[in-house]
Amino acid sequence: MHSVLFIVIRRLGLGVLTLFAVSVMIFLSVNMLPGDFAEAILGQGATPEAIAAIREDLGLNKPAVTRYFDWLFGVLTGDFGTSFAQANFSAFAGEATGKGGIGSVAAQLEPRFMNTLFLAMVSALISVPLSLTLGILAALFRNSAYDRAVNIGTLSSISSPEFFLAYVLILFLAVLTPIFPSLSNIYADMSMADRLERTMLPALTLTLVVTAHMMRMTRAAIINLLASPYIEMARLKGISPFRVIVVHALPNALAPIINVIALNLAYLVTGVVVVEVVFVYPGIGQLFVDSVKIRDIPVVQACCLIFAAAYILLNLMADVLSIISNPRLRHPK
Amino acid sequence: MTTVLTLLAWAIALLLGGWVFRLAGQRIPWPRASTREYFRDMDYMVAFGFVLAIAAVYWAVILYFVREVTFFRWALNAIVFFAACGFLFRLVGRHVGHDASRKIFRQMPITAAFGILTIFVYATLAVFADFFAPYGQAEIFEKINVLPGGDPALGGDPRFLLGTDQLGRDLLSRLIYGAQNTVGIAFVTTCLTFLIGATVGFLAAALGGWVDQVASRIVDALMAIPQLIFALLLMTIATAWAGSDKALIMIYMVLIIAFLDSTRVYRLARAVGLNIVVMDYIEAAKLRGETLTYLIFREILPNATAPLLAEFGLRFCFVFLTIAALSFLGIGIQPPLADWGTMVRDLSQFINFAAFSPLTAALPLMAAGAIALLTVAVNFVVDWMLHKTSGLKE
Repeated sequence: MHSVLFIVIRRLGLGVLTLFAVSVMIFLSVNMLPGDFAEAILGQGATPEAIAAIREDLGLNKPAVTRYFDWLFGVLTGDFGTSFAQANFSAFAGEATGKGGIGSVAAQLEPRFMNTLFLAMVSALISVPLSLTLGILAALFRNSAYDRAVNIGTLSSISSPEFFLAYVLILFLAVLTPIFPSLSNIYADMSMADRLERTMLPALTLTLVVTAHMMRMTRAAIINLLASPYIEMARLKGISPFRVIVVHALPNALAPIINVIALNLAYLVTGVVVVEVVFVYPGIGQLFVDSVKIRDIPVVQACCLIFAAAYILLNLMADVLSIISNPRLRHPK
Repeated sequence: MTTVLTLLAWAIALLLGGWVFRLAGQRIPWPRASTREYFRDMDYMVAFGFVLAIAAVYWAVILYFVREVTFFRWALNAIVFFAACGFLFRLVGRHVGHDASRKIFRQMPITAAFGILTIFVYATLAVFADFFAPYGQAEIFEKINVLPGGDPALGGDPRFLLGTDQLGRDLLSRLIYGAQNTVGIAFVTTCLTFLIGATVGFLAAALGGWVDQVASRIVDALMAIPQLIFALLLMTIATAWAGSDKALIMIYMVLIIAFLDSTRVYRLARAVGLNIVVMDYIEAAKLRGETLTYLIFREILPNATAPLLAEFGLRFCFVFLTIAALSFLGIGIQPPLADWGTMVRDLSQFINFAAFSPLTAALPLMAAGAIALLTVAVNFVVDWMLHKTSGLKE
């Protein structure tokens, strides 16, 4: 148990270090921008005095290192700064800037973050059981017609762009047979059923993308195990192929499968951007793309950090889970 | 509610169908003993699979011939057409050419044959777009929003087979020029990716020590941010730098994607390179006093081509999809250049006309499908190549 704890702690430490490095990278990238916050807010007709005043006000005249740590501590306490687009004069001159204020990035992010989490959760709830079942079946009937059909299907769905799958789904499930709405406008005070109905198409699109990958990995993980001697032994005992796979192979394939699930949830993080734009889903991905277009740097910075953090944390979780689920590490000789 | 009940009834019928199918197979006195034994020892899951396949075929026939669902017919026609093309291409390959190429075609699955043919067609279209396209990609005509089909009674125009867009540009020409722009830019980007990634990767493998450490840690940090997200962040900065210069934005995009993707190539090149560096012939070359350039390009590179080539296919797919996604989001390839990602976004509203004019609704899907088809084709070929080189049987 001791060695596992040590490995896990070391991995967690590495994760924190990565997060730190990523935040530095994002900060540096944003600092490569020509001009700064003050010039961007005031636009073309800015007087040098006004620029200097805002710089003074926001601490932009401090050295980069100080600004970085100010930003970092702000982020840690939930203050992501002020959005360019939302910022108006009153938000600037007055006390509304900062945490929870009108123009603050945090106030904009919070509801959207929840929406995105909801979308990711719904698609995970559909795709994980589906892909495990399909993967186990493909391993069970490997090299059969079913396996080949599934192989071609998943390969095609992995390599299609997300928006292609999204529009195909819209065409069939929203336009030709109107089962689900093609626009997912979601409000804060909506009933769960309504919400679920409007989330369904984006969730199904993400499911199509992620399921294919997870299914292939599940199949590969189980087939990889089927060559091992104890499976041969179980087969020679005369157990049915279904039982060999579910009872003997699956528990040992759990580590790679958990890993694959976590990695695909991490993949959902990036896939979500395009899908949210297609369905006009009010999530963080949509906000990110909109902010990129209008160059709303504080929002871009915050979204980028959140996406990267989610990605890193899920990868971290995958690593830690696979360490914990490895019996050789749990019971050292 | 009725839909749920119907679905439930179908599920139960299918589940029971497995038993019925097996039972019926066991009752029928088959002439051959092996068939009798096959049904006697049949697993329930296999029987269920047969029933499922029968149900699928039944529904396909109903949808195709009885209900005549337009999109289903098109999809099925396309699949049959593609499979036939792949089959014919393989057939031709098996009988034309010299022995070595014929041997390759003999062992090729139909998916790979289809993939190679598709890549070939795309490459031809991309190179000779000027020749194939009826009009120029930015040529503006007086008629805007002409419907596809070429029938004047239905709002079409025989001059524009696929109609014109909201500015009056011929969509067929733009679709063909899209091959040139989208695929061409993706190809250039992938080459650049490999140039950066493989060079640094081999350098890290050959030099080792602190060069390796520094490069690897930087790559680790870069890979910690999801690629599309990082690309979007950098594109924001690039657009600020480029101002309104559209050509500059695209050059920045190529550089950014090449830079971000080269981290993946670096990983592979370094791993492959490390295995080669320990070989005796490298030692011999070092003792001969060869330069580092010679070591990398004449000793390491030729021995690393096979894995790098497969990776090139996969990387191309990723780069292509990233560029398509960026263009779809409106920050990739800039107008007036024709590009599939932008076309999908601009035409996406037409999908709502599916019930009245299926061909109009198919326009955004054509552009998106053009992207999907190429990536699927490349993936089929890479899958086959990996399968062949690894000698995987099960």
